[in-house]
Amino acid sequence: MTYIKSKIRHPKQPKNSIGYVKADYEGALSTLCAGCGHDSISAAIIEACYEMSIEPHRLAKVSGIGCSSKTPTYFLGNSHGFNSVHGRMPSITTGANMANRDLIYLGVSGDGDTASIGLGQFCHVIRRNLNMTYIVMNNGCYGLTKGQDSATADFGSVNKSGTENPFPAIDLAGLALELGATFVARSFSGDKTQLIPLIKAAMSHRGFAFLDVISPCVTFNNNMGSTKSYEYVRDHIPATAAHEFVPQEEEILISYPGGSNTSVRLHDGSSIQLHKLNANWNPIDRNTAVNRLQQAKINGEILTGLLFVDKDSRDLHEVINSVDQPLNSLRKELLCPGTSALNKINDGLR
Amino acid sequence: MTKACRVNDMVIRFANVNGTGSASANDLFSKAIFRMGIPLSSKNVFPSNIQGLPTWYEVRINENGFLGYCDGVDIMVAVNPQSFTRDVASVNKGGYFVYDSTKKLHPDLIREDIHYIGIPMMQLCMENYETPRQHQLFKNIVYVGALAALLRVELEVIRQIIHELFSKKEKLIPPNVKALELGANYALEHYSEPLNVKVERRDNIKDKILIDGNSATALGAIYAGATVGAWYPITPSTSVISAFEKYCKRLRVDAETGKNKFAIIQAEDELAAIGMVIGANWNGARAFTSTSGAGISLMSEFLGLAYFAEIPLVLVNVQRGGPSTGMPTRTQQSDILICAYASHGDTKQVLLFPSTPADCFEMTAMAFDLADRLQTPVIVMSDLDLGMNNHVSPPLKWDDKRQYDLGKVLNKEQLEHMEDYGRYLDVDDDGICYRTLPGTHPTKGAFFTRGTSRDEHAKYTEDAATYVRNGERLQKKWQTTKRYVPGPAFHQPKSEHALGVVYFGTSNYSTLEAVDSLARQGIHFDVMQVKAFPFNDDVKNFFEAHEQVFVVEQNRDAQFRSLLINELGLLPNRVLSALNFDGMPITAAHILKQIIKQLPEMKPAGVNL
Repeated sequence: MTYIKSKIRHPKQPKNSIGYVKADYEGALSTLCAGCGHDSISAAIIEACYEMSIEPHRLAKVSGIGCSSKTPTYFLGNSHGFNSVHGRMPSITTGANMANRDLIYLGVSGDGDTASIGLGQFCHVIRRNLNMTYIVMNNGCYGLTKGQDSATADFGSVNKSGTENPFPAIDLAGLALELGATFVARSFSGDKTQLIPLIKAAMSHRGFAFLDVISPCVTFNNNMGSTKSYEYVRDHIPATAAHEFVPQEEEILISYPGGSNTSVRLHDGSSIQLHKLNANWNPIDRNTAVNRLQQAKINGEILTGLLFVDKDSRDLHEVINSVDQPLNSLRKELLCPGTSALNKINDGLR
Repeated sequence: MTKACRVNDMVIRFANVNGTGSASANDLFSKAIFRMGIPLSSKNVFPSNIQGLPTWYEVRINENGFLGYCDGVDIMVAVNPQSFTRDVASVNKGGYFVYDSTKKLHPDLIREDIHYIGIPMMQLCMENYETPRQHQLFKNIVYVGALAALLRVELEVIRQIIHELFSKKEKLIPPNVKALELGANYALEHYSEPLNVKVERRDNIKDKILIDGNSATALGAIYAGATVGAWYPITPSTSVISAFEKYCKRLRVDAETGKNKFAIIQAEDELAAIGMVIGANWNGARAFTSTSGAGISLMSEFLGLAYFAEIPLVLVNVQRGGPSTGMPTRTQQSDILICAYASHGDTKQVLLFPSTPADCFEMTAMAFDLADRLQTPVIVMSDLDLGMNNHVSPPLKWDDKRQYDLGKVLNKEQLEHMEDYGRYLDVDDDGICYRTLPGTHPTKGAFFTRGTSRDEHAKYTEDAATYVRNGERLQKKWQTTKRYVPGPAFHQPKSEHALGVVYFGTSNYSTLEAVDSLARQGIHFDVMQVKAFPFNDDVKNFFEAHEQVFVVEQNRDAQFRSLLINELGLLPNRVLSALNFDGMPITAAHILKQIIKQLPEMKPAGVNL
C-alpha cells in the first residue's frame, strides 16, 4: 500500500476525557471503493470510540474475510486486530474473550461472512451470549468476487447484471431475535445520528450485541431494482425510535417534545434514551420486536433502530462461572497443581 | 494327566455385550493382576454403538513386559451368545472356553482341541439377586470371581479393590463381594484340577501406574497451565476433554470464590473448536483442543492460518481408523501426512509421538512450551489404543522448579523503550519474531494479525520479494524447530548392525518384542524410536548408518516412511516397511513375519512364512 495518511494535525484539536484526539482512533487509509457504505460505518466506529473515551488498547477488533472484514485496518490503528478466515470470526472472538474478559471485543463481518459460510458460528455465538459487539456491514452482495447475490439479498432484488434474486433473504436481525440475542439493532451506514448512539449502546451492553447495518455497495449493488441501494434504503427506512446514548457519568436531561420517551439502563451504568416513534413497541420486549420486524418486512420496509435489549443478560463468563481476573493473567503459581497433587493422583492409579 | 503350567504369560479375552456394565468388571480383573505386581495390557475392542452389540476386552499378561497386542486367546470368557461362534474359533489349541452354562451350549460350538468350563452365571444371579438389572450387573462379577479362582488370582486383592471402588456407596460392597465369591466357589468346586496357565504374585510393577493415555494428556494440559479447552465430541478423543474437565474441577477451582480457573467450551463443530483455541492463544492464554478422524480434515483450514499468522496452539489428535468416518472405534496411525503438511499452500506442522501415558503427559506439557516458543501449532499424535486403553505406565512426573516457556512476548516496559516494533521482524536471526498481546500498551505494539501475505510490520502486501522473504524466514524457523523438539531414542548405546528398525507411538511393545524374538534367532537389529517431526540429524544419521531400515507403522500407505524419505532425502530402496492397518494394534508376530518376508536370505531355518 503506497497511500499514506497525513500525520499533520491541528495543534488545538479537541481531546476526549482521557486525553486522546480523534486521530488516535483512526486507522490506515481505506482502499474500498469511493462511496462505499463500509467507510461510513468505520467513521461511526471511530467517532463512537473517541466520544466514549475508550483506551485504544482495551479494544480488540476481529473480522472474517471480505470487504467488510478489511475495514478493521481503517479504524482504531492502535488496537490489536485479527483478520481471520471466512465465516469464523465468532470462534476467534470466543477464544479471545475466554482468554481475557477485560477487553472490549468488536467483531466486524459481512453478509457473506455471516449469513452464508459463517451462519453456524453466528448462531452459536448468539446462543452463548458472548460479550461482544457484532457488526454486519450488510450490502446484499459479494463485492470482492464481483457482485454475486448474497444470502441477505431480498427476494426479487435485481443485481447489477439485471438478474432477479430467486431466493428469500435471511433476515439477520430477525434470526438474532429468534436465537435469543440480548441486544439487537439495525441501522443504515448513511445515518450516523442513529448509528453512532447504537454502536455506543452495543459496546456498553454486557452480552452479545448485534448490529445489522445496511451498507450499500456502490460498485455492484447500487442499481435500479436493488433493495440495498442508497436510494431504495433511504426511501424505506422507518425507525423504532430516535436514539440518544447517555454515558454513565451524565444525567439524563434530554427530553423530546411529544411522542413517548423511554430509557434503558445498560450494564456499565450508561443508558440509551429512546424517543419512540411507534407506541406498539417496547425495547425490552422480544415479542413486540419480532412483530414490528415482521410487519415492516410485509410493508417492504427496513425497520431500523434499537429493536430489543435484555438488560439483565448473563454473558458466557457468568454462565461458565470463570474467575473474575482474565485467564491469560493467571501465572504458573495459580495454575499448576504441583508435585504433591500429582503424587496423589499417581497413588490413586495404583 | 500332568500339564505343563505357564505362569504369568497368557491372553484372556472377555466377550461381552456393550452397555451391560461389563467394562467395570473387566477393569476390576485387570487391576487385580496389576496389584499382584504382574505387567499386563488391556484392550477394549468396542463397536460404534450405545447398547446391544458385541464388545471384547482383551488382557495380555506378561511378566517380561511384552505388552503389545497379540493374536490368539488362551482363555475366552464368553458371555455373549451373539459372538459364540467366532469366540470359540479364536481360542488357541489347548485353551479354555469359559461360558455361561445356564443354557446348554449348542453342539456346533464344541471343539475337540479346547477345554470347556461352564459356570451357571445367570442361574447363580437369579438365585441370589432380585431385579433383572442386578442379574445383569452381578453376572459380570460372577465371571470375574470364577476366572480369578481358576487362575489363582488372590481373591483378597479383588475384595480390597471392591472396597475402594464403593467406599462412597458402602451398601454396594456386600452384594459385589458375594457375587465374586459365588463365581469363585462354583469354579473351585466344579473345576478343581489346575489349568495349564496361572498367575503368581511378582514384584515387576514397582512404582508404575495404570492409566489411559487421554487422562494423562489431560493432566499434561493442566500442569502446563492450559486454561481454555474448546472441543467437539468425537471418538476416540472425547475422553481427553472429559478428563480435563474432571481434573480441572478437582484442581482448578478457586477455593475462596468457588469460581473456575478454566474455560471449557463445547463448540458447534471442529472448525469452531480450533478457532476458539487460536483466539485464546492469540490473546495470551494457553489453549488446546483434541480431535480424531474427520476433525483433523475440518481443522486443516485453521491450522494453515495458525502456521502462517504464527499463532501458538496445541492440538491432540487421537488417531482412529480412516479414511472418512472409517472405523471410529479402531486404532491407526494414519494421519501422519495430513498432519505433517496440514492445510493448503506450503505448510509444515510440528508433531510429537507419544508411546505411553507418561509420554502423553510429558509431551502434552512440552507441546505448550514448544507452541509458545515457536509460535506455531504443535500436534500431539496419540491414537485410540494409547488414548482409550489402560496401560501400565511409569508414574507421571513434574518438577516444581520447571517454568513455563512463554516464548517471545513483549511486555509494556519492553514496548515503551522500543523504537520500531515489527511483528514479523527476525530480530534474533532464528526465524522466531516477537509477539505482543492485545491490551499491553496504549499506543505501541498493536498490529493486525492476518492470514494474508504481509510485510515485517504485519501490513498487507502482494510484493513478491516480501512474500518470499517471509516464506524463507518460516523455513529458517523450521530449522530452529529441530533444536527444540525431542530427538529420537535408541535402544542400543551405538549402532552396530547393518539392519535397523524404526518405530514411533504405540508400535513400541510389539516392535521390541519382534526385535527380541529375531535376536534369539540370530538376526540383530538396531532400534530407533522417533519422537517428533521435524526430524533432526540424529534421525538422518541412523538411516545413513544402516544398509536397510524397517519402518513399523499402523497404516496402509507407509506414511511415516514417505515423510522420512521426503524430508531426509533417503534412498527409497533402503527404507522398508512393516505395516498393519486392520484397526487392531500391530502385533509382534505380524512385524516379524513382514521383516523376514523381505529378508529372504536371512530366513532362519524352521520359520514358516
